[in-house]
Amino acid sequence: MAYLDLSALEKSYGANHVVKSFDLGIEQGEFVSLLGPSGCGKTTVLRMVAGFETPSAGAIRIGGQEVTHLRPNQRNIGMVFQAYALFPNLTVAQNVGFGLKIAGLPSREIALRVADMLELIGLPEMGSRYPFQLSGGQQQRVALARALAPRPRVLLLDEPLSALDAKIRVSLRAEIRDIQRKLGITTIFVTHDQEEALSMSDRVVVMNGGRAEQVGAPFEVYNQPKTRFVANFVGTLNALEAIVTDPGAGKVTIQGQPLRLPQAVQAQAGAVLTLALRPEAVHLHGDGDISLPARIAELQFMGSVIRVNAEHAMGVIKLDLFNKPDTPPPAVGEDIALRFWAKDLIALD
Amino acid sequence: MTSSRLWRSLPWNGLGVLPFVLFAVLFLLLPTAHIVAGAFVDAAGGFTLKNIFNLFRPEIINAFWLSIRLSLTSAVIGCGIGFAIALAVVFGGLPRALRGVVMTFSGVTSNFAGVPLAFAYVATLGRVGFVTVLLRDWFGVNLYALGFNMISFWGLTAAYVFFQIPLMVLIITPAIDGLRREWREAAEVLGASNAQYWRLVALPVLAPSLLGTLALLFANAFGAVATAIALTGSLLSIAPILLFNQIRGDVLGDPHLGYALAFAMIVITGVSNGVYVVMRARAERWLK
Amino acid sequence: MKRFWAWAAIGVAAVYFFLPLLGMLEFSLKMRRGEYSLDAYASVLGDPQFQASFGYSVIMAGLTIVFGVLIVVPTVFWVRLKLPRLRPVMEFVTLLPLVIPPIVIVFGYVRLFNTSSWLPLTGSALGTDFLLLCGYAVLSLPYMYRAVDTGLAAIDLRTLTEAAQSLGAGWITVLARVILPNVLVAVLSGAFLTFAIVIGEYVFAALLDRPAFGPYLVWAGGNKAYEPAALAVMTFALTWGCMALIQAVTRFSKHTRMPR
Ligand SMILES: Nc1ncnc2c1ncn2[C@@H]1O[C@H](COP(=O)(O)OP(=O)(O)OP(=O)(O)O)[C@@H](O)[C@H]1O
Ligand SMILES: [Mg+2]
Repeated sequence: MAYLDLSALEKSYGANHVVKSFDLGIEQGEFVSLLGPSGCGKTTVLRMVAGFETPSAGAIRIGGQEVTHLRPNQRNIGMVFQAYALFPNLTVAQNVGFGLKIAGLPSREIALRVADMLELIGLPEMGSRYPFQLSGGQQQRVALARALAPRPRVLLLDEPLSALDAKIRVSLRAEIRDIQRKLGITTIFVTHDQEEALSMSDRVVVMNGGRAEQVGAPFEVYNQPKTRFVANFVGTLNALEAIVTDPGAGKVTIQGQPLRLPQAVQAQAGAVLTLALRPEAVHLHGDGDISLPARIAELQFMGSVIRVNAEHAMGVIKLDLFNKPDTPPPAVGEDIALRFWAKDLIALD
Repeated sequence: MTSSRLWRSLPWNGLGVLPFVLFAVLFLLLPTAHIVAGAFVDAAGGFTLKNIFNLFRPEIINAFWLSIRLSLTSAVIGCGIGFAIALAVVFGGLPRALRGVVMTFSGVTSNFAGVPLAFAYVATLGRVGFVTVLLRDWFGVNLYALGFNMISFWGLTAAYVFFQIPLMVLIITPAIDGLRREWREAAEVLGASNAQYWRLVALPVLAPSLLGTLALLFANAFGAVATAIALTGSLLSIAPILLFNQIRGDVLGDPHLGYALAFAMIVITGVSNGVYVVMRARAERWLK
Repeated sequence: MKRFWAWAAIGVAAVYFFLPLLGMLEFSLKMRRGEYSLDAYASVLGDPQFQASFGYSVIMAGLTIVFGVLIVVPTVFWVRLKLPRLRPVMEFVTLLPLVIPPIVIVFGYVRLFNTSSWLPLTGSALGTDFLLLCGYAVLSLPYMYRAVDTGLAAIDLRTLTEAAQSLGAGWITVLARVILPNVLVAVLSGAFLTFAIVIGEYVFAALLDRPAFGPYLVWAGGNKAYEPAALAVMTFALTWGCMALIQAVTRFSKHTRMPR
């Protein structure tokens, strides 16, 4: 059994079924993100692990011990909140030492551990400040130190970066991941920012409507989305309509051009199938299994990448071109050919 | 050239606040200053501390002492009960609509002070008052035989508490709202019990608001005259009534003692309001 | 468990607060022996002294509101726009009426504006009325100032003013046509509170010897049996009415304001 094990969790508020048959096993030291749109139940899952909500059904185990009905103050869990969670009446050092004091550690030991933690988060000089004297980023780092100081079994973070501005968010991302690796602490990180989830996690859980739609490594979730929702929510997608000609062999046609998909198709011959294609899988130059005539409708210059909207007979396809200084980008209105490989097409159910 | 520059450098913007300044000086600052100055002037117009020393006679000391005890007691009781009501409203899991009712009702009752309050009180606990009769006829309890007296210390305290509690509710409820749910939850996951959370986080955060409001309630009761006069007919010897009688007719036999009396009242309410202002500033620092 | 204690606290408080209100209501209905009647109210309303003093106080309250608005609104406006450094001073001055007991202020009036002084306002009835008006304005200053100040804080004063001026409006027009409508709700809240304060005020009126409602109440309390309870009920209803109006205008404004 995994170190942190959630099995068949359910949660309802009255008639509102918020979390549905949620299963997840997290290994010791693993960093797992819960990713999903607003209201999909991420926070609810996290709060059940912390003990603030009691599951309507199912069980939560940590290190083999069932904790489903333990109170939050008996679970030995660390938690970092979105914002405003530092105790305003206590100094940074007192905040970090709060859990240790509650646990009844001698004050000398508390002072040593607090100093260690402040060192770890890179704020060794700030112990005597009050929270209102810190920037948002500093406050969140102190909150992290406070959660980690009592050496919890599991660390929970609920959108800890979403109240911060963009630059700090990115640098703090790396810092949190770094500290997590150093301490080897089992972590659940809640976010609705896909970039955050993909860049930090060992595994990502994509949630929708209270269910885990897919659980996998970032590479897997991005490149082999299991459902239409996952494909749409993680990254940008182009949808293409294909007509099935031989389902067993995975043969289809797109605008009359025959094509063989890498796997068999669950549809009858003659049915219309939607295929998804990532922007970075489409090229203007070089080879491909297929070539669709199109015209450039819009160009967005984004630095290292240029995003192109190309109109073709059945709609618009977005594609990404690398910005190469010696090859000027195509112009709006130019006629082009969109090329891509059959293996990059994702069949969605 | 120079004169036009001088003309322009005159504080013309100040003209916009002239009416207000005139009003405040004439009807607020000057009268007060006059009283304060009068406290340090003798009949011949020379400086003296004699008036202040003269305050230390038994009847004045006793009046102030009674006033202070009355104000402090009613403020402490008002604070305690008001705090309990506010806690019940915010955390008690009561229907949301009840909160609006309690707040509106507090707004009304905190303004329902003075003479009408005294009448309501008499109609309730007077010799033929509603509760007095109720207790006598239904429960066989005779309040007045038990030594109850409306114009005693506790009788007056009970009347003052009537407007102190709603004032407390009005001021402290927003402060309690300022306690963030995350603080409680953070304390809880760190292992704290509910009592530890209140002792280490919630009460220290609320302390400035609580102390500050206590000071405000104290000043509020200390300056109140009308309720006491309507109840006791200016018999009770508390500081504001003493001053009231002195203004009506020089009962102290020394006009300048009146100034000193008023000055002492300003000092007492000033100190307690100073506490309130300082405490509120501290509380606002946290509750951002 | 928690809910039980919450209900208990509310319940005890409700008893404490409703008993006196119930007591005064019951008492006010008892004038006729053996049955409930509105006799006490009829007696009060028919009393010419009541009519005179109540009328006097209502007029004073109205004048105080107008006077207070005229003093406070332009000042707050001007300070916010041109003299922001004065704001702490204003805060302090407008807080003073809560610090200095009203009886001390009126004591100052009696001594400073007596018949032999440089400004003998107490020498004539009209002068004393004016003095009383100023006293009431001072009493309501903390509330009026704060209401208007928060009201003005909610709108972008500078932009509004400059927009109006660029269209050729003068200062008076700016104040009356642009600023006032925008802080109307704040002004109305302050006005109703002022009304509630002034209508039953006792100390100022008694010591300045004016025939206001407050002194009449005390006189009635000393000389009549059931009428005081009826008066208390009426004052309570009036206070409630003022608070309800404040709530009503605040709620109304939330509907008409554009969502941000
Ligand atoms: N205490 C509660 N009572 C009733 N419904 C609730 C409660 N808490 C959450 N919900 C509902 O449960 C659903 C999931 O909420 P949750 O907070 O878990 O979403 P989330 O995924 O964290 O969203 P977000 O990204 O906006 O934080 C929402 O529809 C919400 O309205
Ligand atoms: Mg959430």
